[in-house]
Amino acid sequence: MDLSNFFSIMRGEIVLAAIILILLLAEIATKDKKKIVDLAIGLFLIHTIFGFFGVGEGVLFGGMFKASPIVNLFKNILNVGVLIILFQSASWVKGKLEEHNRVSEFYILLFASLLGMYYMISAGDFLMFYIGIEMASLPVAGLAAFDIYQKRSAEAALKYIFLAAITSGISLLGISFLYSASGTIFFDELKPFMTNDSLITLGFLFFLVGLLFKISIVPFHLWTADVYEGAPIGVTSYLSVISKGAAAFILIIILFTMAKPIMELWREVIYMLSILTMFIGNIFALRQKNMKRFLAFSSIAQAGFIILGMLSGTQLGMSAVVFFIATYIFSNLGAFGVVYAIANQSGKENMDDYNGFYRTNPLLSVLMMLALFSLAGIPPVAGFFGKFFLFMSAASAGYYWLILFAVINVTISLYYYLLVVRAMFVRQNDNPIPAFKSDVYMKIGLILPAIGIFVLGLYSPIYEHINELVGMFLK
Amino acid sequence: MNILTLLVVIPALTILGLIFTKGYKQARVLSAIGMGLQFVATLYLVYMYFQARGAGNTDAFLFDQNLVWYKSLNIHYHVAIDGIGVLMILLTSVVTFAGVFASWEVKDLTKEFFIFLIMLAMGVFGFFIAQDLFTMFVFYEIAVIPMYVLIGIWGTGPKEYSAMKLTLMLMGGSALLLVALLGIYFNSETATGLHTFDMQELSKMHFPFAFQKFFFPFAFVGFGVLGALFPFHTWSPDGHASAPTAVSMLHAGVLMKLGSYGAFRVAMYLMPEGAVYFANFFLVLTGFSVIYGAFVAVRKTDLKFINAYSSVSHVGLILFALMMFTKTAFTGAILQMISHGLMTAMFFGLIGMIYGRTHTREIYKMGGLMKILPVISATYVIAGLASLGLPGLSGFVAEMNIFVGAWENPNLLNRVFSVIAISAIVVTAVYILRVVGVLLMGPLKNPEHANLPKVKWFERVVIILLMGSIVGMGTMPLWITDTIRDSLIPIMEKFVH
Repeated sequence: MDLSNFFSIMRGEIVLAAIILILLLAEIATKDKKKIVDLAIGLFLIHTIFGFFGVGEGVLFGGMFKASPIVNLFKNILNVGVLIILFQSASWVKGKLEEHNRVSEFYILLFASLLGMYYMISAGDFLMFYIGIEMASLPVAGLAAFDIYQKRSAEAALKYIFLAAITSGISLLGISFLYSASGTIFFDELKPFMTNDSLITLGFLFFLVGLLFKISIVPFHLWTADVYEGAPIGVTSYLSVISKGAAAFILIIILFTMAKPIMELWREVIYMLSILTMFIGNIFALRQKNMKRFLAFSSIAQAGFIILGMLSGTQLGMSAVVFFIATYIFSNLGAFGVVYAIANQSGKENMDDYNGFYRTNPLLSVLMMLALFSLAGIPPVAGFFGKFFLFMSAASAGYYWLILFAVINVTISLYYYLLVVRAMFVRQNDNPIPAFKSDVYMKIGLILPAIGIFVLGLYSPIYEHINELVGMFLK
Repeated sequence: MNILTLLVVIPALTILGLIFTKGYKQARVLSAIGMGLQFVATLYLVYMYFQARGAGNTDAFLFDQNLVWYKSLNIHYHVAIDGIGVLMILLTSVVTFAGVFASWEVKDLTKEFFIFLIMLAMGVFGFFIAQDLFTMFVFYEIAVIPMYVLIGIWGTGPKEYSAMKLTLMLMGGSALLLVALLGIYFNSETATGLHTFDMQELSKMHFPFAFQKFFFPFAFVGFGVLGALFPFHTWSPDGHASAPTAVSMLHAGVLMKLGSYGAFRVAMYLMPEGAVYFANFFLVLTGFSVIYGAFVAVRKTDLKFINAYSSVSHVGLILFALMMFTKTAFTGAILQMISHGLMTAMFFGLIGMIYGRTHTREIYKMGGLMKILPVISATYVIAGLASLGLPGLSGFVAEMNIFVGAWENPNLLNRVFSVIAISAIVVTAVYILRVVGVLLMGPLKNPEHANLPKVKWFERVVIILLMGSIVGMGTMPLWITDTIRDSLIPIMEKFVH
């Protein structure tokens, strides 16, 4: 193995591992632990910026680990999302420091989980994939329980870890079926074996369960609302965008390359699950009063849209899904950021508490409105373009009835997104959340999604870039 | 800069400027300046258009600007305009400019009010100039969504309910539309092998009949929801009754025309065989909404509801005329869009003025307003006469064309429904004259109304702008009809059998 090649291809992973080690050492070395927050954010900011430049492509460990421009793009998208979460959660973490003197764990666990996602989306075989997915879930359980004195937080962690263990067990069973039928675990070597053979079919469907759980597709969504509500907000936003995005990335890679020969099979599954997920996510979101639960169900519905884009199996489909996930990350983080800022200042998380919010905090309200409109898919914000391209990809394969279901769901979702807009803009409140100023980290953490929400859709070269990379990947 | 793009840029810059204003005075002055400039730009556009036509330019579309937006998807920012578009832009500009003055006394969150109002107008302007279906759809949704906030914050009555109902129904309509647009896109073929959203290219293609049969209802109903097609009209009375004055003016005046304009220019123009196939079905629905709207208006006692149902009836007449497939009827439909836009904006403006003084819209709680508010009342009478089709005012020109055009279609069902629709004029007279009699004539019913303030200068601006247009259109209809008829030539080619 060529060592310089190794450093070039795995640069992102190595740097992230190094950051984790530095943070561990810093915990020992420094007394003023607030500095660790700045250090972690600073290091990750540098890591994110360098991720955009000159990461190599190639194959390592005999095909276990693959890096290509599109995979690097996935990692960059995830990095930007994590960076926004870091900015948004900074003041909360500092608060935890006063409470029970814990800081670096938060960052170490978060980065370890992200490292697992790197491995997962770079995987070239099921072994690497499984290491990645496990490494991505275990630290999240620790993160979910970060509020150690809160019962709900611990409950969320337990629920997550149990269900994640069960589904990844089912996934592993599926992988073993695939191995027994083909004798290989490498994606490329498996491709010729992918037929309608019953063992292969069963194995593949079992394997999908693990990923569908992560993307919270119905019927594997039941953990979502409880875990999202119980976990600290930073962790919730991490689960809802980063974890979901990474799982969707590897799902689309596997569906579009390895499982391409059995497209007719997974198409039917995805088709049904997409309709189910959209409807159930939306219907449950209608009545939610707690903002975190509300965003949890809305994110289930969004997951239904994500997999809808995969149906076409073409370059258009993959570009649309990747682009949609990018817009979704920015929109959802914008919404979560506002919820976070409010919860930090006033501890309020219910929709009724937001009544009259515009009159005291106009900027936050406008950002929230834009983020929700983007989630709903209203122009000129990015979410509209994301959804439109998803529908285009489904239409290119002739799924007009499915699109009709989907656009009905867009209308339903608009209803509950407008409920929040109504609370903030229309409703009056005798005792509104008072005007407040967030710290500088939070401000950056809110400005970044706001920029993303505007730029991603209107500035077309971003989509064209994604489309180009996808074209190279699928060739 | 391209004159058409300018029409989108001016509102956008006005919105940007509004963000930095302080206090209601700055906000309203800036809005008036911005929309004043827009009005001047529109007049310049009209001048340029006739200049070009006079110089012998016979292209179907003028002032073309075509920029690539999403290259791999062949999505363009493409704007161009024909005579019909010029007239719609003129209408929008007049109503928007009048709308700013009609909301001169909005004091609660003034800045935000004008931002959303002008955003709505920007969407409408963009929609009328767009030649690319994607661009058009973007502007369409930009025009619809501010309504929620406008009605929700500044509305009256059950505003939360009305705002939500209106937004969801219109978004549901655009959902159907989206399916149709995607269908059109993926069934189009260009020389380069890419699909296209470009209307000018699409209009040269011939879509198979099976395709048209499937997608025409999606497109027509999708636009029809905004055009108050029965039974999808129910958002309109609630929405218009709850909305603040300027929003009712803009929404009933121009936004609803997006529906009928789109149904004509997109659904019928691109899928003519589908339109003919479904003609009878939609003829029954639209014919029904004409007569139904008129009869409901007779029974209502709230001024805004009367006008809202009258709008359902009049807008129904536009879609009704479109189902006749004759050139005269099409001309009438376009004329009715303009005429109804002006009239209904005038009505809602006047109702706002009356409500601002008396704080009630129940006609039986008022009376004898003619003596106290002579200018407003006289204008109301004239607008009412225009609405029931008195010669010399805009309504007559439009309805005359529609009914003559309708009679040109020899089909028996069309004849029957023409008779029914024409009889709606009588009903119109009933509800208009009832309002005039109860509200304006007779003795003063409520002594508190004896000292209502006189009409103010900005209200005069609203009246002069809209009334001038109504009378102008009624007395000099020929230049408008000629413009429309010239622009209809390429469209009529689609319907010759």
